[in-house]
Amino acid sequence: MKILVCISHVPDTTSKINFTNNNSEFDKNGIQFIINPNDEFGLTRAIWFKEKNGASVDVINVGLQDTETTLRKTLAIGADKAIRINLEPKDSSVVAKSIADYINENNYDLIIAGRESIDYNGGMVPGMISALTNINFIDKCINIELKDGVVNASREIDGGKENISTGLPLIIGGQKGLVEENDLRIPNMRGIMMARKKELLVLEPTEYSNTLETYNFEKPEPKGKVTLISSDEIEKLVDLLHNEAKAI
Amino acid sequence: MAILIFAETYNGEFKKDCYELASYAYDLASEKNMSVTAICFNASNPSELSNFGVNKIINSSNEELKDFDATIYSNCISDAFENENSKILILSSSSNSKYIGGILAIKLKAGYITNVISKPSFSNGFSVTRNTFTNKAYEKVNILSENSILGLSKNSFGIKENSTKSEVKDIKFNIKSALNKVTSIEKMTTKVTIADADIVVSGGRGLKGPENWHMVEDLADILGAATACSKPVSDLGWRPHSEHVGQTGKPVSSNLYIAIGISGAIQHLAGVNSSKIKVVINTDPEAPFFKAADYGIVGDAFEVVPKLIEELKNFKSSNN
Ligand SMILES: Cc1cc2nc3c(=O)[nH]c(=O)nc-3n(C[C@H](O)[C@H](O)[C@H](O)COP(=O)(O)OP(=O)(O)OC[C@H]3O[C@@H](n4cnc5c(N)ncnc54)[C@H](O)[C@@H]3O)c2cc1C
Repeated sequence: MKILVCISHVPDTTSKINFTNNNSEFDKNGIQFIINPNDEFGLTRAIWFKEKNGASVDVINVGLQDTETTLRKTLAIGADKAIRINLEPKDSSVVAKSIADYINENNYDLIIAGRESIDYNGGMVPGMISALTNINFIDKCINIELKDGVVNASREIDGGKENISTGLPLIIGGQKGLVEENDLRIPNMRGIMMARKKELLVLEPTEYSNTLETYNFEKPEPKGKVTLISSDEIEKLVDLLHNEAKAI
Repeated sequence: MAILIFAETYNGEFKKDCYELASYAYDLASEKNMSVTAICFNASNPSELSNFGVNKIINSSNEELKDFDATIYSNCISDAFENENSKILILSSSSNSKYIGGILAIKLKAGYITNVISKPSFSNGFSVTRNTFTNKAYEKVNILSENSILGLSKNSFGIKENSTKSEVKDIKFNIKSALNKVTSIEKMTTKVTIADADIVVSGGRGLKGPENWHMVEDLADILGAATACSKPVSDLGWRPHSEHVGQTGKPVSSNLYIAIGISGAIQHLAGVNSSKIKVVINTDPEAPFFKAADYGIVGDAFEVVPKLIEELKNFKSSNN
């Protein structure tokens, strides 16, 4: 079985977000980058398939050279080969089209993307890849098992989950639940050494024009001061929520 | 030309965000001299949407459309978009709408923007403002393609009634067979979901253990609220993962968010910050949540929450 995991290279969750170039671009200065958390759950699940079912695991990223540290980390965790499409994507459709091209030329049985990346929160790449490759898609996938070519998966729905039976090839938008937090792996020394020898293929992109263009970023206004209510006067909170905030 | 909205139903009833989508579309349509068409599946009372400015309601009643299927639903919506000669499709931010949004963007060759929080502006092409970096910033985006899909962030526009004369049509779409076979659906809660709730009551590690959640549930019951929790609470198995909210969990954009025994770590706040009113109850006056909240009580949840429940009972009985 051949698995491809899509990896987004995103700012660490504690990052202070700033913008540059006249507020038209995210400022990468001083930012620590990590594997997008939703992708990391998917990557770990892929490595379980490798260990239990003998799958091969490739990872792919659309980005410039700075994303290679993140790709090396996925190789150290256990991916076999990394592919980087050498392009600074301007929108999600360009990412999806670049990845779909690679998939159309290199057949995969299972493609795992994150349901959303925590930087731009587009949440559309896996669905777009599915439409571009004509491969069936399950979003918000929280469990996937494979037996005799049959896929049993679960997806999160509002207020519960849906259990699905389907086949391969398949693309999923993954998240926590595919594996749990404490299943995530920290690269060890041996993994890091091995990662250096693994293939990191850099491909030049097909030119796609973007459908969206960001021209300005802005940060929210600082929040006004909190109104404190004494724990002896809880009725005041109820009153404020009703009369001032009109929330109850 | 019609703006198309996808109005999701659950057991035949419209989900609440349909009314917000309709209100948003009506507002845009009046400004641009367009009309609003809604597409829905198996709605028991489709003409309800005429109260919110929808001119035409395509309600396909078909057993095969009873359960959501991404392939089938996106095919029908895409057919309707073409039949209606539409250029703009408006979706909600529900799990199902987000599921089909990316698929539809490719099918319709449309620029697709999620987490939209503003009406479009036409001063510079066609642009909208959206939330990005998990509510840490706003982004102004221009759509360069001819067709566009806007995924509206919940509670960003509000519901506005506009009684309109509307026609309801039952259209039979060409339905292919589903690729995913749904074997079962497990509902975790019979109550309101985090996605749909106006009020969310959330508990953190400060509540010490799962045995203390009855307080959170009682408070939620009185308010008709959904229950949620911080990440460590779900990682510890005190509560199901489906309740985990924050940057790596579910987003919350309710009207009111009540955080009990939650410190307010940056990843937690990022995910809940777009809620309108935030209340924090925490023993530690230095807890970062106080900087993000509108109202705060410095105090022990085990004393404050039962008192708050009592006060709300009084309030409810005198207001009914
Ligand atoms: C990559 C990454 C992603 C993350 N994503 C998320 C996310 O999506 N969502 C999320 O929530 N977290 C997330 N976190 C974790 C986050 O950093 C915090 O660890 C977490 O939010 C803390 O949860 P908490 O507030 O429940 O617990 P704590 O930080 O332990 O806070 C407990 C609070 O309870 C108060 N308290 C104690 N006793 C009482 C009492 N009797 N009455 C009232 N108050 C009391 C304490 O003063 C304290 O402020 C993430 C972390 C990382 C590294």
